[in-house]
Formats: sequence, C-alpha cells, structure tokens
Amino acid sequence: MAVQTAETAAPAATNPVLGPAFKDALIAGLIALGLFGPLIGFETIIIDGALGLAYRPSLLAIMVGIIFFGRLLLNLTIWSPNRKPSTHTGPTFFDRAGTRMGPGVKPALLAFAVLFPAIAVFSQGGLNESRYLIDLGILILTYVMLGWGLNIVVGLAGLLDLGYVAFYAVGAYTYALLATSAPINDFFAGLFGATFWANWAFWFCLPMAGIFAGVWGMILGFPVLRLRGDYLAIVTLAFGEIIRLVLINWVDFTNGGAGIASIPRATFFGIPFNAGPDGFAALFGLPFSPMHRIVFLYFVILALALLTAFVTVRLRRLPVGRAWEALREDEIACRSLGINTTTTKLSAFATGAMFGGFAGCFFAVRAGFVSPESFTFDVSAMILAIVVLGGMGSQIGVAVAAAVMMGGMEMLRNLGFLRQIFGNDFDPSLYRMLIFGFAMVAIMIWKPRGLVSTRDPTIFLKERKAVSGDLVKEGHG
Amino acid sequence: MATSPATGLPRWEADPILIVEHLFMRFGGLIAVNDLSFKVGRGDITALIGPNGAGKTTVFNCITGFYKPSEGRLILAHGRAPTPGEIAEVTRIGERSLVGRDAGVFLLERMPDYLVSGEAKVARTFQNIRLFTGMTVLENLMVAQHNALMVASGYSLKGLFGLPSWTKAQRAATEKATYWLDKVGLTDRADDPAGDLPYGAQRRLEIARAMCSEPILLCLDEPAAGLNPRESLELNTLLRAIRAEHGTSILLIEHDMSVVMEISDHVVVLDYGTKISDGSPEAVKNDPRVIAAYLGVDEDAVEEVEAELHIEHSATGAIS
Repeated sequence: MAVQTAETAAPAATNPVLGPAFKDALIAGLIALGLFGPLIGFETIIIDGALGLAYRPSLLAIMVGIIFFGRLLLNLTIWSPNRKPSTHTGPTFFDRAGTRMGPGVKPALLAFAVLFPAIAVFSQGGLNESRYLIDLGILILTYVMLGWGLNIVVGLAGLLDLGYVAFYAVGAYTYALLATSAPINDFFAGLFGATFWANWAFWFCLPMAGIFAGVWGMILGFPVLRLRGDYLAIVTLAFGEIIRLVLINWVDFTNGGAGIASIPRATFFGIPFNAGPDGFAALFGLPFSPMHRIVFLYFVILALALLTAFVTVRLRRLPVGRAWEALREDEIACRSLGINTTTTKLSAFATGAMFGGFAGCFFAVRAGFVSPESFTFDVSAMILAIVVLGGMGSQIGVAVAAAVMMGGMEMLRNLGFLRQIFGNDFDPSLYRMLIFGFAMVAIMIWKPRGLVSTRDPTIFLKERKAVSGDLVKEGHG
Repeated sequence: MATSPATGLPRWEADPILIVEHLFMRFGGLIAVNDLSFKVGRGDITALIGPNGAGKTTVFNCITGFYKPSEGRLILAHGRAPTPGEIAEVTRIGERSLVGRDAGVFLLERMPDYLVSGEAKVARTFQNIRLFTGMTVLENLMVAQHNALMVASGYSLKGLFGLPSWTKAQRAATEKATYWLDKVGLTDRADDPAGDLPYGAQRRLEIARAMCSEPILLCLDEPAAGLNPRESLELNTLLRAIRAEHGTSILLIEHDMSVVMEISDHVVVLDYGTKISDGSPEAVKNDPRVIAAYLGVDEDAVEEVEAELHIEHSATGAIS
C-alpha cells in the first residue's frame, strides 16, 4: 500500500526520493556523531605517567561519514520507496542449488574428506609440512561429529540442549581415567603382557566412552525432560557446568584442574606409532614419521563421524526417528497416538550423548591430556551454533557449517594481509571474533533457518519432495 | 434407535464399550464436569453435545488421559461388556487393566495419555487440528503406527541393520497408510507436507491418522468444525464407513446438528458439566431441557418445565 502511494506521488513532487533520503541520512549521521563523539573522538593516553586525553577528529569524521553516506546510499537503493519489493516464497537460491547439486554434493564431500590428507601432503609438499592442515581437518571433523550428535537432540527431537559439552567431557574422562588406571593396567599386564593395556586402551574404551556418555545422558535427561523450552535450556546449561565443576573439585578422582596427562596414545589396532622395532613404521617398512599417527587419527575421526551420520540417517527412517521428529512437531499429538514421549526424548538424549562420548574419547586420545578447561560452555555454544547455522535436522548443512565455522575461525587467524592496509600496528587477530560475529549476524538475516532449511522426508509413496522449512517446527523443548 | 435384539435394551445399556461413572473434574474452584455418568455403546456413533463451555472437551480429555479426573471411574471394555464382578475386581486390585482371552477391562482414569491410546486403543482428534505439519501426509500416518513398528523394528536394532522382517513390517505399514489415504481421498497428496493441505483435508487426515493406530473407540472433537456442507456430508459417509467396515465405535463432540442428528445412534447432552439429556437423537431433540439449554429461556420457563417434569430444582441447577 505504502509503496503504491509513493509511486503515484512520484511525478508530482520535484524529487520525492532524494529529499527524505537525505534528511534520514542526516539524522542518522547526527546520531552517529553524538554516539561516536565520546566513544571514538576521545582517546585516553598516558603522557609522562599521567592520564591525558587525545582527540581524533579525523577518525570521527570518517566514521560519521561512513554512516551518513552509507545510509544515504541504502535509502536511494535498497530502501528506496520506488523499488519494488521482491517477495518470493518457496525455496530460496540455496535450497534450489541444494536440490540440484544434492545428489552430487554428498559423494563429492565424502571423497574430499577421504582424500584430504593426500591433498594436504601434496599441496604442502611433504608429510611434516602438512601437519597444520591435517590437524585442522581433525578439528573440523571432531566438530562435524559433535554437530551431528547434537543434531539428533536439537534438530530432530527439538530439545534445546545447552550442556552438550558434558557428554563430550564424560567421554574424554572415561578414556583418560580408564587408560591411565594402574589396576586395569596391572590386570592386563598379568594376562597379555606389559604394554597390552597401553596399546589397546583406546579400542576398548571407545565403545565404553559412548555407553557411559549415553547412560549419563539418560541420568541427566530423566529429571530434565519434564521441562520445556527455556527451562530445559537453562537446566541443561547448568548440568554442563555441574559436570565441569565436579571434574575440577573432585581432585582425588579426576586430579582436579591440573587434568590428567600422559594418556596412552592411539595405536594402529594395537601397533604403537613409535620408532621402535615393533612400531607401525618398522612393521610396514616405512621411514618413521610422527605424522603417521596424525594421519591415522584423521581417519579414525572420519570413520567415527561417518558412523554418526550413518546411524542418524538410518534412525531417522525408523519409527524412533520419526517419533523424534513428530515430537518436535507436536508433543500432544504424539501422546494421543500412543507414543511414550518420556522414553522417546530419553532415547534422543542418550543417542546424542553417546556420539558426544565417542567424540570425547577421541579428543582425549588425540590430545593425550584432558583438563576441565577443555569443556567450558564455549564448546557447547559452538556446537549449538554449528547445528543452528547448518539448518536444524540437516546432515550436510551441519557438516558444511562445522567446516565454515572451525575452518573460518582458523583462517581468520591469518589476517596478516590486513597489516598492509592498516599498518604494522594493527593486530588482525583481535578482529577475529568481530568478523565472525558479523558473519553470524549476516547469515541469520539472510538464512534464518540455517544453510539447509528444507526437510527431507523419511519415506515417500511416489516422489520425494523436500518439505519447506516454513512448515517445519523448531520444537518447544 | 440401536437396540440389542436379545434384551430390547438400547445398545449402550446392553453392550457398552465405555462406561463413565460419576465423573468430576475440578479446576481449583471451578467444577467443569459435575457427576457425569453415561455409557457409549459398542459399534454406536455417540454424540456428546452441549452449549459452548458445557465441559465436553474436558470430558474428552479425561477419557483420553490428558486430564486426570478429580473423581470418577472410566471403564473401557474390550471384546464384550464387562460383568460388574470384573469391574469390581480390577478396581479392587488397583491395576490399570484386567485383560483376559476374549475381553479386557481398562480403567482409563488410572492410565497416562499415551497408554490410553497405545494399550486401551482409544484414539482421538483435536478441536484445533494437531498434525505434524512439517512431515508429509504419509509420514503422519507412519508415526501413528509407532508402537507396532517399534516392536517390528526390534526397538531400532533390527531396523538399524535393515533386517528383512523390519522391511516387511515397514511395507505393511505403508500399505495400511495407503489404504487410509485412499479412504479419505488424499492418495495424490501423500508426499506433500501435511501443513500444505487445505483445512478440510487436514481434518480428514487427522481422522485417518487416528485410525492408523487401530483404535476400538475413536473420539472426535468437533470433526465438522470449519467444513462446508459438502465436506460435512463426506464426513458423515466416512464415519459411517469406519463404523461399518472396522467396527470402531465413535464418540464425537459436535455442534453441527445436521451431522449429529444424521449419523448418531445415541446423543448425550451436557450443560454446565451436568448431563441434561441422554437417549436417541429423536428423544433428545424433543427434550424440553435440551431446547431450554440451547435456545435459552427465562427462569420462569425453566421452572415451569422442571415442574412439569417433576424434577427437583437442585438436580439441574447444581452450578447455574
């Protein structure tokens, strides 16, 4: 309506767009001047040991100028009343691109993930030189796996879990405590030889870490899952913190804030990665390199992540997975169809926690050291951001989001080129989080439902049609 | 009027599937349902009617386990009418149900909502449609078969490895869903999201979804609300077909008198949480108390009518 009036009025006035646009930009500029005046215009400096004030009128003028001209430009282009609003419903560009490339994307990404160590070695010109890239690959894949695990809880079942890091911690400490346990080591030393437990601990503890984390998921889930929405989010957040505080304070058991060090490293199914005659390199006739272990770890986390994806995709097509999604859509309707919502929620919580536990076990074996410092709320927030950014419930979206978030964060460390623009005093790494924040805000404006917002139906009669994200509910906890 | 051939009693007296006894539901000081007793006949279409706020949906929520009644007993009988001895026995032993070979007695007030649906086989629909809007029509019907499929998938273990027994069960479930899609005329839209369907189709889908859980008693909360006359007619045909082909008893709340009078065998009228009339549609239609409750008459007229019917004032005027 407003657009129409503006259009019809256009020929009558001399210049109906420029006038108001200029006025609006001027007001914005004045507000910016008022705000930036004290914030940017003054700078406190130390002169001869005393606090003094410096003035930065040119910087202030630049900032206010940016606001004024930026606003004017926007008023004349995007916000111009003459511009016809483009209302398009249905699938967005990304969704359409997703459907077109959909069949090809997954195999391509999988192939890239499998070939990544080789690509890294060739591009960096040597095994040792590729360490940074492969380490980054391991980090990204860990978060892909955590994202997929949390996706079961948040994306499928619609339960907002802010304490997912608790299960990551349970998995990591399960491995750390069991692998460094002297009684277990002695027990197996008596049966199979002195190095048995150190060599095999990871492969025994990996399933146990998953089981323990799953059991913890149930124990924590049982009292929590009566709550919904914001209350559930706050209590899960608290449980995440409680686990961390217990790890810090139960010094006898967990060695407190000092953490647990010298955890046995991963082995090639019992063959250690060392330079000795029984080591991996000697047995396979390769020159010894510490990178063998890193590359092996890369494939271990790749396998674990793929297992997570496979199980999740399979579960989605089973009654339990459909019940999770139905729970997200409408809990009351679920109960009217005879679905026990408590056990369904618990199963989602426990399955998600189990994969968190696997990832935690992997974290412990990769780092060789665990401490409560590694399991702060930041990690939970990061994983949740990956799930939300990727598009809740979407496997491929979460994988891409994890790669973008973790890889992007790393790439932002290498902003050295900005020095050439802003001078040598400029520290680009300080702006890392700012740029990251801008990117997040931008994505939430243009893709509020995540990178992949459509839902893939689990069963179809004649034709598989993606369900528009507008119809899919986020769940109420 | 549906009468039992053997006894001459109406079917809801001779072979009740649901017996509501002295049901009370209090919300703080408000008494929503006040000492309500009625019976639903096996194979009957029973209508629960009454003016707005009479407590009909509250009764539904009590029957389907969404509310715990403040007082009262809700007896659901599988197979055949329970004897008073059986009812007394299951009440005394404190169990939720007593299931024999040919019959079962369920005390619905003791069961949580998901068991009322899953074990006692009472399915329901909602006044404001509750579909899984982000899932396809077919998926909605698959979710409705959750409990059966959960067993068939070996609680996900068999399904995770894709064992043949699970694939077979899944195919059977899909066939059942297609059967119901065909019944409600939604086969062409099977792969569309439920939220994309027009209103009337959503109502039909909700009924199909409830039927996929294989209920013996189907509770419909205003199934004709928002339907046009043609759709109401189709609904009548659908409900009759459900009763005739599946033997499912139907209990419905409805304001649309054309539906109520057309298809129901038995009508129970509520006003202010109390039953004011109970009987065949003809009997109810001519009941002066029903007319008074629906059309509204002044106090004198109510008293006159009551005097005529020799009813003490306290019986009907409990809340009013």
